[in-house]
Amino acid sequence: MSAAKQPTPAAGEITYLEAIREALFEEMARDEQVFCLGEDIGAFGGAFKVTEGLLARFGEQRVIDSPISEIALVGAAAGASHMGMRPVVEMQFIDFLANAYDMLTNYVATARYRAFLPCPMVVRGPSGGYVRGGPFHSQNPEAGFLHTPGLKIVYPATAADAKGLMKAAIRDDDCVLFFEHKYLYRRVKDVMPAGDHVVPIGQARIAREGTDVSIITYASTVWKSLEAAEQLAAEGISVEVLDLRSLAPMDDEAIFRTVKKTNRLLIVHEDTRTGGIAGEITARVSETCFEWLDAPILRVTAADIPLPYAPPLEDYVLPQTSDIVRAVRRLAAY
Amino acid sequence: MARTGTRTGTRTGTRTGTRTTPAIPARPSDALTRAQKLELYYWMRLTRQLEERLVNLYRQTKVVGGLFRSLGQEADAVGSCFALEQRDVMSPLIRNLGAMLVKGATPVEVLKQYMARGDSPTRGRELNIHFGDIGEAGATRGFLGQISPLGDMVPVMAGVTLSFKMRGEDRVGLVYVGDGATSTGAFHEGINFAAVQKCPLVVVVENNGYAYSTPTHKQTAAKQFIDKAIGYGVPGLQADGNDVLAVYDVTKQAVDHARAGHGVTLVELITYRRKGHAEHDNQSYVPPGEIERWAAENDPLDRYLVVLREQLGATEAEIGAIHDRVQREIDEATDEAERSGPPEPLDALRGVYADPPQEQPLWFRREAAGDAYGAERPEGWGTWNAAEKPA
Ligand SMILES: Cc1ncc(C[n+]2csc(CCOP(=O)(O)OP(=O)(O)O)c2C)c(N)n1
Ligand SMILES: [Mg+2]
Repeated sequence: MSAAKQPTPAAGEITYLEAIREALFEEMARDEQVFCLGEDIGAFGGAFKVTEGLLARFGEQRVIDSPISEIALVGAAAGASHMGMRPVVEMQFIDFLANAYDMLTNYVATARYRAFLPCPMVVRGPSGGYVRGGPFHSQNPEAGFLHTPGLKIVYPATAADAKGLMKAAIRDDDCVLFFEHKYLYRRVKDVMPAGDHVVPIGQARIAREGTDVSIITYASTVWKSLEAAEQLAAEGISVEVLDLRSLAPMDDEAIFRTVKKTNRLLIVHEDTRTGGIAGEITARVSETCFEWLDAPILRVTAADIPLPYAPPLEDYVLPQTSDIVRAVRRLAAY
Repeated sequence: MARTGTRTGTRTGTRTGTRTTPAIPARPSDALTRAQKLELYYWMRLTRQLEERLVNLYRQTKVVGGLFRSLGQEADAVGSCFALEQRDVMSPLIRNLGAMLVKGATPVEVLKQYMARGDSPTRGRELNIHFGDIGEAGATRGFLGQISPLGDMVPVMAGVTLSFKMRGEDRVGLVYVGDGATSTGAFHEGINFAAVQKCPLVVVVENNGYAYSTPTHKQTAAKQFIDKAIGYGVPGLQADGNDVLAVYDVTKQAVDHARAGHGVTLVELITYRRKGHAEHDNQSYVPPGEIERWAAENDPLDRYLVVLREQLGATEAEIGAIHDRVQREIDEATDEAERSGPPEPLDALRGVYADPPQEQPLWFRREAAGDAYGAERPEGWGTWNAAEKPA
């Protein structure tokens, strides 16, 4: 992954993980209603150290170490958020969001529509694979929540977006699921834009401009797509990479714009294939831009398999740069 | 609950949590033979040495994911599982390597799992001691592999033991949970279901003082975990988890209670996690001196050696023979594990469903024979070097 091979950091660069931490610090300092809760987030600073230093700065009232109770974490955040507080819940691994599925989908997602109850809360946590974490420390459960009306979903690929989207998520008046890619935590870095850096939810970003084929993607596979684009440029194929950043709401305009520009579309995600985000994007594009397409829409995704632990198996199941290169070649030649 | 490290050996028997606790006529461990009592030491020693071997392999980067230790907890895993029969089914958690070994898991299986080998019990799909062998009584060893989401195995074991009850089989189940895992919804629903159904199930709460960095007093407002037994309407038994015979005594009573058709017992074993949550955890959150105190004053192997020597009259030759046997078995297992290779990438496609038994490669993989899979060794969530972590 090109992210891993970045040159030595420039002055002032911070990692994706540090960018999230910086956003939490700034938002907690800005607004007293913001508080964090989760397992081992206080003195220990969280399993990945995202919340390190928050306890010392803001105290036990606002940095709450909880029992291992994901239902209670999400439910309590909902209740506090009804009362005007702005909780940020950490899932120690995003895989355990499944434990709070009922609370999120039945309670939180319906609260505003059903009972006029706002849930300005964030649920965040380390997601994704490529780290030999096995079936329960590698998941990408975003698609299940995309299917649930009432939840917002973001999944940044860069350090700057991680910070800007976290600030937007905390300020949002609805529940935002904030997926953090653990492979990117310490591998990607940026200099943070000056001032109050907020990235609006619902806006995609052109990660690389191109003219022949569009790749729409998000999170870890943004980096694999950029690496593929680099290889393909040497073959004379110009690839545009659109980083969605937000999955719900999705930036339809940006999607349609790139499709109308290149007329060839590949969608790439790390999550499994069936029922994944790529299927939804495919439908939106074919409903709106069918006449603009010069080739069928293709997908490179994980296979429909629980993610295995052994390196050869994990790498076989997850999408790789070489897969993206093959798919783009096929589209370019169509 | 205060972790003092000084509660050594004082609580050898049991403490009743509810009025319905069965009376204890004599210590069940009195009925163990001399050979069985020496065997208990063998299992504890095997557990400890196997983990030490795993640490070496981890440092050589031959362990693929995280490494989880049960140092100082060997007595609770070994003594409790020793109370089961072969036909019974046990479901371990991450610190129950000792229970797995007692139930028949072999060191070579454990090493191959950690090393993600192609001929490991899960063929490289699952981590560490997440593997099992269940089925017909007598035909299999009777342990059910855990999954990571904590508490989930309690309802599953309720179902396993429900099947014993429905079929009139003389079999019992035992499920382990940590102090932290008792805070999950799954734990609560599972033990309550099993209690109502009078499933022949023993629920062992291993209270080792911590859940990752979280001390027990932040996990529950209850003074002790057996207090929860009252709320579920089941007996609660508590023992010093670092006294292997005391552990055996309470678990055996609970197993007999289940076998007699009286249903669930909650057993709390009080022990101490001397290593971090996993090998990467530097335990910065532990008060100074606590670990050292438990190691010096309350090591389950040291304590049992005193019992063996002073009460059983075990000779140095007998103890030395156990040490030699353990060393030999682990060396042989390591050699065997090192000889096996990683799984074939295409094996990933097998076994998602019974039918079809194999998935087809995705279209962009059909001409991908030349690709190398598994070459990169990323710093995983459990594998980074503690020294590199931000201060
Ligand atoms: C539902 C769920 N939430 C969070 C985790 C992450 N996690 C893994 S182990 C652990 C601590 C477990 O503590 P405890 O149950 O006391 O067992 P111990 O490690 O002490 O043996 C946590 C929080 C998990 N595996 N499952
Ligand atoms: Mg514990």
